[in-house]
Order: sequence, then structure tokens, then C-alpha cells
Amino acid sequence: MMNRFLLPLGVFILLAVVLYVGVQNSPDREHLRSVLIGKPAPQFTLPDLMNPGQTLSNAQFKGKPYLLNVWGTWCVTCRVEHPMLMQLAQKQAVPIIGLNWKDEDESLAHEWLQEFGNPYTAIAQDKPGREAINWGVTAAPETFLVDAEGIVQYRLAGAMTPEIWEKEFLPRIQGNPTVSR
Amino acid sequence: MRALFLSVLLALSVAPAFAIDITQFDDPAKQEQYLRLTHELRCMQCLNTSIADSQVDLAADLRHEVRDLVNQGKTDDEIRKYMVDRYGEFILFRPLTNARNMWLWLAPIIFLMIGGLVAVRILRQRAKLVDQDNEPIEGDTGR
Repeated sequence: MMNRFLLPLGVFILLAVVLYVGVQNSPDREHLRSVLIGKPAPQFTLPDLMNPGQTLSNAQFKGKPYLLNVWGTWCVTCRVEHPMLMQLAQKQAVPIIGLNWKDEDESLAHEWLQEFGNPYTAIAQDKPGREAINWGVTAAPETFLVDAEGIVQYRLAGAMTPEIWEKEFLPRIQGNPTVSR
Repeated sequence: MRALFLSVLLALSVAPAFAIDITQFDDPAKQEQYLRLTHELRCMQCLNTSIADSQVDLAADLRHEVRDLVNQGKTDDEIRKYMVDRYGEFILFRPLTNARNMWLWLAPIIFLMIGGLVAVRILRQRAKLVDQDNEPIEGDTGR
């Protein structure tokens, strides 16, 4: 008598568990792991926002860890994130390289930096959005941690906060010998 | 009622005019390849639409990327790999057929087989019950 119900019940519970785990782990944009992690950072040579007519390459930052921060003046969350970047710049924790993504005019970026301050060591311009695709960027802001060897160690999709900085970035910069060298 | 019906019909007839993508290729084969690929690549910002159907900026950028790769004469697999190398397998609406995804492809067949076995067993049991049942149904005395 009991046996008749045991098997269907077992199947039901198994299915419920599988579906529950599936729903809990369903990927959303901010929790998708970047495929670049553990791989060499894409190399770029792009127009230098701060020095018109010149180019900027991320190859020149190899040798010590740096952050690549993808931002644009059209991006509301970037505005929210900005004071945190200013704090990091003041602490001189790591150089922050900006990737100015799809801003149609340089003057917009210049106005933004003048008004809110410039936390960036250097800023590369990606008007057509091609370079962002090489980094697998889905939406701004995104921040990549690249170690001294030029390997991507972490990718944050969304705004940097003090909590995320201390929990995800600092340990990877201090704890990893290849990063902190 | 008639007005409502007509306005709905009108709204439906206009929909194709909103098609966003006007990319044209001289070569019809390339046009077809472009359409095929843009419909099977996921817009990584809106997640549940293809880059062909999405109006988000990033989808437009990815369409341009596909257009250029198609023009360079790249194959479907090369273009898929290009996208997977940047955005991960999640960008493909159709999962790759590799060892890791095998269970995904085999699961429907396995479930169909289990369902078939269960159905056969139930049918056999019923047939057996009918064979054993020689007593007339209570109240069914015939006419």
C-alpha cells in the first residue's frame, strides 16, 4: 500500500529539489562569471581621453595590478559609484584605468570629471564600444582587477562599494603574490 | 466591438514595420548567415531576447560585430567561438554539443524512454485486469 505512493513521492521530491536549485542558481547579469577570469587581459590601444591626439595602451600598466573601470556619462550607476572611486584614488590603492564607453562626445566626459573629480590614472576612449565587447562587458559600470602579470583576477558587474572592495578586491590584491608584486 | 477588433488587427499589421535591423548584404548566403546568427545569440543585457530582437545599444554593437565577422568570411562556428570567448557559453541560445552538455541533449530522449516504459506497463496491467474480470458489473444487467 505504502509502496504505491513512495516512488511517485520520491520522484516528486527529487524534481522539486532539482528545480529549486535551478531557480536559485539561474544566472542574472551581475552574477554571471566572466570568462576572462584567469586569462590574459585583452590588449588595447585606444584614443587617450586626457591627451587628445595620443593613444593609450593598457600594456604600459603591466608589472603591477590595476583596475579597469568601464563607465560613461550616460550611466546612472556610474554616477552613484563615482565617490567610491574617488576614495580609492585618494588611498592610492591601485591605479584605476578608465574605459570611457560609448560617450558620444569627449566634452561630456571632461565635464563629468571636472564636476565630480577624476579618480582615473588614465582614460581610454571607446566610442564605438568595440573594446568593451572584447572584455565581455554587458552594462556599465563594470570593474576588472588585472594582476601584475596581466591576468584578469576578478570582474565586478555593477557599482563598487566599500563592502565589495574589502571583500572581493582587497584580498585578491594583497593575498595573491602574483597580484601584489 | 467592431472598432476594437479593427484596432487590434491594425496594431498587429503594423508590427513588422518596427523590425529594427536593416543590415543588408550583397551575398544572399551571407544575409542568411547573419540572420541565423543574430537570432541565436543572446543579448547579454536583457538576457531573454536575441541580439536580433533587442533594441538595447549593446545588442546593436554585437550585431555590428557579427556583420563584420560575416563580411570577413568567418564560419558560423568561428563567430560563435568569438562570442563565447568574450561572453561565455551563456551567450548561445543553443547549447554546444560537447561532453559537458551531453546530459542536456540526452535528457529529453531519456525522459521520453522512461515515459514510454511507464505507459507500456500501465497498459499491460489494464489489459490483464480486463482479462481477469469475468464478473458482470454491478447494476449492469443489460437490456
